[in-house]
Amino acid sequence: MYENLETAKSPEKLKRVVVDPVSRVEGHGKVTLLLDENNKVKQARLHIVEFRGFERFIQGRPYWELPVLVQRLCGICPVSHHLAAAKAIDQLVGVDPENLPPAADKLRRLLHFGQVLQSHALHFFHLSSPDLLFGFESEISQRNIIAVLNEYPDIGLQGVKLRKYGQEVIRRVSGKRIHGTGAIAGGMNKSLTKSERDYLQKDIKQIIAWAQGSVALIKKVHCSNLPYYDDFATIPSNYLGLVKENGALEFYHGGIRAKDAKGKIIMDQIDYCNYNDYIHEEVRSWTYMKFPYLTALGKEEGWYRVGPLARLNNCDFIDTPLAEQARVEFKQQGNGVMVHSTLAFHWARLIEVLHCAESIESLLNDADIMSSDLVTQGEKRFEGVGVIEAPRGTLFHHYEVDENDIVTKANLIVSTTSNNRGMNESVRQVAAEYLSGQELTEPLLNNLEVAIRAYDPCLSCATHAVGKMPLQLELVDAEGQIIDKLIKHNDGQIERNL
Amino acid sequence: MSKPILVFGYGNLSRGDDALAPLLLEQLENKEGIEILNDFQLQIEHALDLENRSQVLFIDASVNCQTAFNFVELQPIKDKSYTTHAMSPAALLQVYQTIKHQSPPPCFLLSIQGLSFELGEGLSSKAAENLSLAVTFSQQLLDNPNLDFWSQQTGNNLA
Repeated sequence: MYENLETAKSPEKLKRVVVDPVSRVEGHGKVTLLLDENNKVKQARLHIVEFRGFERFIQGRPYWELPVLVQRLCGICPVSHHLAAAKAIDQLVGVDPENLPPAADKLRRLLHFGQVLQSHALHFFHLSSPDLLFGFESEISQRNIIAVLNEYPDIGLQGVKLRKYGQEVIRRVSGKRIHGTGAIAGGMNKSLTKSERDYLQKDIKQIIAWAQGSVALIKKVHCSNLPYYDDFATIPSNYLGLVKENGALEFYHGGIRAKDAKGKIIMDQIDYCNYNDYIHEEVRSWTYMKFPYLTALGKEEGWYRVGPLARLNNCDFIDTPLAEQARVEFKQQGNGVMVHSTLAFHWARLIEVLHCAESIESLLNDADIMSSDLVTQGEKRFEGVGVIEAPRGTLFHHYEVDENDIVTKANLIVSTTSNNRGMNESVRQVAAEYLSGQELTEPLLNNLEVAIRAYDPCLSCATHAVGKMPLQLELVDAEGQIIDKLIKHNDGQIERNL
Repeated sequence: MSKPILVFGYGNLSRGDDALAPLLLEQLENKEGIEILNDFQLQIEHALDLENRSQVLFIDASVNCQTAFNFVELQPIKDKSYTTHAMSPAALLQVYQTIKHQSPPPCFLLSIQGLSFELGEGLSSKAAENLSLAVTFSQQLLDNPNLDFWSQQTGNNLA
């Protein structure tokens, strides 16, 4: 482990390198390295500019607005926030998950599988495949989707179409591409028509075939350079996520399970409504983002990772046949126990794409998704907790309302927050093992971004106004003077500016 | 078969002036031969929305716009914005050209000047003024949905 690189002893005597913002992740993050005179890394940190004031954004609003409102927190996974909020407000109208009408439960799951599929497809094909197919230190001009489309046109196009299909599932289930009102308190506001069902069924076999192909591709890429993939940014850790009652992989509803680095279960089938009893968040002075940890293990030992790698490490099996076969092959990389390779996030993510595609096919064959029995209601409550497995990991929404149904308290733990410590550990591992002592170049610094990108962090702002978010890299000497500066503008132009 | 003219606005209703494009779309009248789409941001799969269109109008908020709005014709550009979660429309055209092996349809961008983009904020007063002007301008475009008229309007930068 590399905890000694979190805080250097005499930072004022060291050179500072800043990668700001980290590119090809959602939102704004930056990495700072402090180097001594021999370019040895003495401190490495990933800082994140978190959502600002999202609790304030929610408080004071009537609860029924939440499923629509929270979608605007994030331009990348609006459906995840939509569903987590919907699960929480189900409880506010007295409905527990097991009492949701079967049609509503299945439609929400269909919506969620569509979201996970399109989110994972974007991440792999668009944002990560350039690194994986061309190499982490390849020419910067190659590290983009256009180069993938030129060099591997079939793979690139499959990525575009997988993404499109997931978006179509969302659109048909929720009624709109974005800001859909699919899920409402106690159910869903529409079912699928026969023509909508038929439309989605038309392409699902092809989607499954492409998903299978993508799993084969990532397995080949990973195994073609196994020692490197198993070492790069790799850290043993605890893992946390939802699983079904029978231990199967679960995205929409289940109990919380956590395992330690050796695969021993720390806790299992925990009711997520009691998450506060098991998870606390620590604040550190150098970043806006909190550090969640398992209370039972404490701040130093209790940090954990979430997301595709965590889910595949935590579950006992996957209940769709092709994805299960892929999971068994994947787990062989960890001798059947735990896989800690950070780059294996990509492999796990694509197995989940295959599971989503198989699950979508199964749900499209279920007549319940066209039922009109969509909403139920119980006795009003004043507190609700909704937890789902979002594409990037476990997502918590917790609300309290007053007698007028106005939200008085909101707490959200987003997946990327849970991976904060893991991402920092991976950055330190790469800094120590791959950068330390070398003359820093852009391709070398891309290694840091590759490590972070494996987690698919969502540092979302969803604001995308033209002219925002240039990349800036500064080299500062021991006296604090900037001795070199590179700026990557929004249009991709790189300028050396001192 | 040719599809309707596409008007594609993108932005987040709850991010201050980023709401300019979706708010503009809400004010456009439904017209035959015009299809309106809305999303948070542009992504690769939106290239497929350009298929078989005679003309496309993108609408976005812009901090770089020096006037109330700016109207330009787009060309495919490999500008690296496709390495982010939010692509530029010119990069989207480049993706279209790469996957379809043909030139994209004539595409135009209406940029509306925005100033503040914080979560939970409403439109700034200046952006609200800009929106009003941009609505009038885009209605003129949709009242005259032909390439010659739109081309003549390019460079129309209202101060």
